[in-house]
Amino acid sequence: MLNEFDISALFVTLKLASVSTIILLLIGTPIAWWLSQTRFKFKVVFEAIIALPLVLPPTVLGFYLLITLGSNGPVGKLLESLGGSSIAFTFSGLVVGSVIYSIPFVVQPLQNSFSGIGSRPLEVAATLGASPLDRFFTVAVPLARSGFMTAAVLGFAHTVGEFGVVLMIGGNIPGETGVLSIAIYDHVEAMEYGQAHWLSGGLLILSFIMLLFVYLFNRRFSIMRSGD
Amino acid sequence: MIDCKLNIRLGHFILDTDFSIPDTGITVVFGPSGSGKTSLLRAIAGLERSDRGFLKIGNSIWQDGDNFVPPHQRSVGYVFQDASLFDHLNVQGNLDYGVKRASGTEKDFIESIINLLDIKPLLDRATVQLSGGEKQRVAIARALAVKPHILLMDEPLSALDLKRKQEILPYLDSLHDELDIPLIYVTHSPDEASRLADHLVLLEEGCVIGSGAIDQMLTRFDLPISHGADATSLIEAEVVGHDDQFNLMYLSFSGGQFTVTDSELPLETKVRLRISARDVSLTQEQQTDTSILNIFSAIVDEIVPEGQSQVMVRLKIKDVTMLSCITRKSAELLELNPGKKVYAQIKSVALLS
Repeated sequence: MLNEFDISALFVTLKLASVSTIILLLIGTPIAWWLSQTRFKFKVVFEAIIALPLVLPPTVLGFYLLITLGSNGPVGKLLESLGGSSIAFTFSGLVVGSVIYSIPFVVQPLQNSFSGIGSRPLEVAATLGASPLDRFFTVAVPLARSGFMTAAVLGFAHTVGEFGVVLMIGGNIPGETGVLSIAIYDHVEAMEYGQAHWLSGGLLILSFIMLLFVYLFNRRFSIMRSGD
Repeated sequence: MIDCKLNIRLGHFILDTDFSIPDTGITVVFGPSGSGKTSLLRAIAGLERSDRGFLKIGNSIWQDGDNFVPPHQRSVGYVFQDASLFDHLNVQGNLDYGVKRASGTEKDFIESIINLLDIKPLLDRATVQLSGGEKQRVAIARALAVKPHILLMDEPLSALDLKRKQEILPYLDSLHDELDIPLIYVTHSPDEASRLADHLVLLEEGCVIGSGAIDQMLTRFDLPISHGADATSLIEAEVVGHDDQFNLMYLSFSGGQFTVTDSELPLETKVRLRISARDVSLTQEQQTDTSILNIFSAIVDEIVPEGQSQVMVRLKIKDVTMLSCITRKSAELLELNPGKKVYAQIKSVALLS
């Protein structure tokens, strides 16, 4: 069955996905809100940049991240000059990579939800005395709840499933950067199909349950809304 | 007074208004679709931004030059065309949303609003469970509950079918009687305008073409509303008696007394009568052998041509103004001239409110 490396890989993966999802929601929400509200002419440029990780091979992303975050890269040098150390081959480096890699999966559902609300509920809130920030938290966020659910689950699941970026900047250090997808790869390389089955099957079922949850929630939500 | 001097550009459309209206009663903003009625209302609420201009509601100044007060700092109640209730809150939650952010709203006041619009049984419902008419009543209550300095309504009946309209109109009448704040009501329906308005602002292609008391506005020949098939006059009257034998009701106004079909209104009820210009005919002598009951002595005030074969006559029955649309031929046969004494025979009267 599972050896101790597999167990530690499971924990690293869940921790990585949780931390990344929280950061993704914190960063993605204002970006999505801005994209949904702005009439800025070059908005499409930003949308295209956000969508880049969808089409880019993860190894390309991982390569550039390695160069940027490594001790010779700009960010690495900056960190070292501030008395820190390069975050390549560390858990923090993995989080940075995951956040960049999964950002379209969080921003796009949020942006769609925010756009779907339209301007009317916000105008109503304004006439009822709510300031812009108040309107955002008491009207936009609750009305976009299905978008938040979708964004969180997709961001989490997508981080669990990443391989290329992790391979490039993680280094597969057990307990630190060793994640499930790489553990599976190692088992297959070593012809340990039994363990690869356990881990792969587990991920398959986990992903399915998470997506099922999203669809169930959105369906319930859309039934509630179609009542009018 | 409400002073409104705003200039807003929306794409190719320019709204350029400069008018003053009283800060009591109902002002109806009337005009064809695309004339800028909704934009004007949105600008008053601060939802459209005027770069310069001046807007003063009673004692509060909401715009003075570049100084623009954002919508959430304006004490305004806004009722949108569709009710636009918050779907993530129930009816009570919708009411509370504004109340929580307003100051000086006591429980008794909220209670009176809830009773005025009859929404007590709806408070625990989800918004999606309400009918169109119920939604609009909740929206009106939500707007009133913040105790605004002004209530703005943007065609609140236009999204409703006739039956729902009939359901809401009595509530609007009661607003008229109970409200001590000004109400600006946007509509393109002549029926709603003549039923509700104390004051009328006429809008055309983004400009105000006339503004004044409703009875004067309806009979001003320089405005389009005093011409055509919709030309009407309004008369304020009061129930003074009932005739049980013939099932009739007597309504007194400053120029005399109307006899109409009894609608069983209690004595002293104030009513508004609408008389279409086409239902008023003129005679030189007071006729006695006629089926028409409502005949009043009148003085011709002004005559203008109405198309090729008709004229529109403005009459004075003491201090009350009334329009009559007759053929040009009849006008010549009767030798009608300003100052001439005639008798106005009124074929039918519509009882509003």
